[in-house]
Amino acid sequence: METFKLKKRLAKDKLMLWGVCLFATLTAVPLVAILGEVFLRGYDQLSWSFFTEPTPTAYKAMKAIEAGEPIPGGIANGIVGTMLMLGMATIVAVPIGILCGVYLAENSKSRFAQIVSYLTDLLQGTPSVIIGIVIYIWVVVPMKGYSAIAGSVALFVMMLPLIIRSTEETLKILPASLKEAGLALGGNEARVMLRVQLPAAFGGVFTGVLLAISRVIGETAPLMFTALGCSLIRWSIDKPISAVPLLIWEFFNDPNLQDLIWGASLFLLLFILMLNILAKYIKGTLY
Amino acid sequence: MESITPILEFKKTCVSYTKQTMAVKYVSAAIEKNSITAIMGPSGCGKSTLLRAVNLMHNLYSNIRVDGEILLNGENILSMEPIDVRRRVGMVFQRPTPFPTMSIYDNVLAGFALNGIRLSKVEKDATVERCLKSVALWDEVKDVLNKKGTFLSGGQQQRLCIARALAMKPDVLLMDEPTSALDPIATKHIEELLLELQKEVTILIVTHNMGQAMRISSKSMFMYLGELVEYGDTAKMFSEPADERTKAYLTGKMG
Repeated sequence: METFKLKKRLAKDKLMLWGVCLFATLTAVPLVAILGEVFLRGYDQLSWSFFTEPTPTAYKAMKAIEAGEPIPGGIANGIVGTMLMLGMATIVAVPIGILCGVYLAENSKSRFAQIVSYLTDLLQGTPSVIIGIVIYIWVVVPMKGYSAIAGSVALFVMMLPLIIRSTEETLKILPASLKEAGLALGGNEARVMLRVQLPAAFGGVFTGVLLAISRVIGETAPLMFTALGCSLIRWSIDKPISAVPLLIWEFFNDPNLQDLIWGASLFLLLFILMLNILAKYIKGTLY
Repeated sequence: MESITPILEFKKTCVSYTKQTMAVKYVSAAIEKNSITAIMGPSGCGKSTLLRAVNLMHNLYSNIRVDGEILLNGENILSMEPIDVRRRVGMVFQRPTPFPTMSIYDNVLAGFALNGIRLSKVEKDATVERCLKSVALWDEVKDVLNKKGTFLSGGQQQRLCIARALAMKPDVLLMDEPTSALDPIATKHIEELLLELQKEVTILIVTHNMGQAMRISSKSMFMYLGELVEYGDTAKMFSEPADERTKAYLTGKMG
């Protein structure tokens, strides 16, 4: 019992500290390595025309490579497609997701709400490729063709559980006194929700929406079954359309276009990074 | 009791959380118009539970049952629409609850917004000024009306919440330990305010602070284990309590 084995205990403590530091660093390494790899390979491919011109044909690209010139064109078709489908999906998913989240937060004890809540979890865990194939059967087959609509339906289904969850969680952490104070003034529950609870939850809900967007913006598999891809810049929603992650896959499969992979990847990565930083910032200002 | 016209009357009011446990047992009492009535008692005696029965707050929780009658101007509250009752019975909570996303100005008017009542700009300005003046907050905040209510001190926030309740011109104002989260100076301000306010509204206040009950209330209720043990003039109750339990509580031997 000499000094309660002080030295040994202190040494164990040090060892533990070094251990957690080591593994924390090891976790950060792949992330930094991925960011670094994409940045180093991609940054010189970014130029104005990369964002304004559509994907070149394989023939044009091959000619350019033969002449020793950089590949012409860019990923504008993918950016337009991604924004179009993401926009449509968001516009529909936000109100539906918020209303569903409100229901789950306000009726957490009802049997039905518990079932819906469980199904939301399942939906969140459903592999995106399965969502893609189901939307193919539900939308692409009846519409007799791939389209931006079908793609946005797939993205909508993937965004929904994330928005529902974040709305529900944020509303649940608001103090009960806030709702009671609103009701004590004679408001009905709908008005108190719209005027008091949802505004107070805005930060959390908005963060959830941003994270949902950043979660699905890189989805490739469901779009292969639904949007298909297209080498033109297209604004119509009933025709096949391109998307940035689809382009990355196409560039990978076409030896002539491989130089565009890294620019497209970097663009996607930076966009997601930006959304995440914005989400973090808004969460910091949460009431 | 002399022949008063009670504005609020409890008739065998019971509140139960589960089938076995009754938090408020057969309380009967008549509350005089434009008076301040203090509800005292040790923790867990059912004071807040009784208070929250008056504006049907218990309706929010499906496991709570309220039985008996509570009459507001002769009409049984328990069979009225909650939103109708709550417009006529205001409430101030233990912790100040200004709405965090609203400015001071909008907080005062929140009751109108929540009831779907539209006011003209002139009416709005007049209401905000009248209500903030009646809680003696106007001079302190008149230049920062567009700031968030959450920037105010605790005492100011609580006065803002009182102003918000008064804006709806309620018949009865329920206060659930409104000063327990405040410092002594803020408490003194609120107490002076309540004495002033009883001209316009009947106040029912739950308090842990016996000194407070003595300073501001004309009538007092003493509750113990869900029962209304004693109800009468505050001065009389403090000088010669009728019940042994009241005496024990007031002399600090209980609670």
